[in-house]
Amino acid sequence: MAIFLAIPILALMVIVQSAVFSQVHLLHGTVDLVLLIVVAWAVQVRVTTAWHWGIIAGLLTSLATAVPALAIIPAYVLITGVAIYLRRIFWQRPLLAMITATVFATLIIHTISVAALLINGTPIPLIEAFYLITIPSALLNLLLAVPVYALIGDLANWLYPEAIEI
Amino acid sequence: MNLPRSFQTAALAILVVGILLLALGGYLTPISRVALSPFISTQTWLASRYLAIRDFMTAPRDVVRLAQINDQLEAEVSRLQSQIIELQQQNSELQVLSALLDFARTHSENEYITAAVIGRDISPFLHYVIINRGSDDGLRRGMPIVSSQGLVGRVAAVTADGARVQLITDPDTAINVRIQPTGAEGLLQGSITGDISVEAISQDANIQTGDLVLTSGLGGNFPPDMLIGQVSGVRQRPVELFQTATVESVVDFSQLEIVLVIVNFRPVNIAPLIPTPGTP
Repeated sequence: MAIFLAIPILALMVIVQSAVFSQVHLLHGTVDLVLLIVVAWAVQVRVTTAWHWGIIAGLLTSLATAVPALAIIPAYVLITGVAIYLRRIFWQRPLLAMITATVFATLIIHTISVAALLINGTPIPLIEAFYLITIPSALLNLLLAVPVYALIGDLANWLYPEAIEI
Repeated sequence: MNLPRSFQTAALAILVVGILLLALGGYLTPISRVALSPFISTQTWLASRYLAIRDFMTAPRDVVRLAQINDQLEAEVSRLQSQIIELQQQNSELQVLSALLDFARTHSENEYITAAVIGRDISPFLHYVIINRGSDDGLRRGMPIVSSQGLVGRVAAVTADGARVQLITDPDTAINVRIQPTGAEGLLQGSITGDISVEAISQDANIQTGDLVLTSGLGGNFPPDMLIGQVSGVRQRPVELFQTATVESVVDFSQLEIVLVIVNFRPVNIAPLIPTPGTP
């Protein structure tokens, strides 16, 4: 059920990201809604389909960006892995896991994207990219991290209800 | 005193007629004013009390009715406001289309397809837009995209009903350009910030702020003489081989809504003509 639900939810988020959020800038950075959804899903305690969501997000995102798919899909898988790892470390503080994972995820996806673009021959000035794109993007992602975590938390509780002892 | 009955009748008739004549002549007005004044005052007082009581009794019903009318009027105002917004939007779209039509008329050598910008690349490092026309509409990779102001970019990837357009501001952009009026040639490049500049301009060229930057047509990727922008600054250092000019694009890429695809232009692939090491 959770896997089937991932496709429409993430597809909708990719559309919203492309049509709306890509035009909302802080310096030259933008919010990455799909990344936030993947991270928020992966840090949920009872969720068992985080890897699937990561792969589906990578596939759908690769359709809407010119960054090579060979970089985007592994980037989302890596983000999922990092978020799951942080969930285990901060198992008593899931919100802290979400915030930490958001920062790491932004850094990971930007590093992999820049690396892929540089390999493809696109000239990207690294320091300028870090200050003008990565840091503002991380800040915007942090701003939205808590509301996205709350929404995805509700979805996770609905799909994976807590077992009640009778 | 017993007067005959007919005399009494005649006297009464004469009295009535006399009073009527006096009244018609206006001679009884002061008398009638004095006589009627208490009646009118009494009636006014009574009527005002009656109306007050009637209003008091019927007020709740009127409030409900007024509330209904108010709701209807508010709904009407909302409808009209949304209509105004819609009309303003249509008007702005019409202005864009009109400008595009003017552009198409002045460049009648080209065939155009209009397309709406429906999205932007998710990656903040790249400057691409997504348009709602694809291979079903005759779009092919490499076709130039223009707006009513000037060159926008070119088609980078095509699906059946959509295409991804690489803007001239993209860091991977490299367009051969000519700077007018000097005719100096250079290479236009984008950046991650969306700024564009012309590199590799000869040191001998006399470039001034305000000079026009046009496509040169070299390389076969874009048609010649398409307006890109104006020179906004020149960096010339004697120790460097070339000078660099920063360019202010004529297209406002943040407001890009509708674009024209030049469908009768086929980019030339000159890659096979470039000699590679080891080939004779």
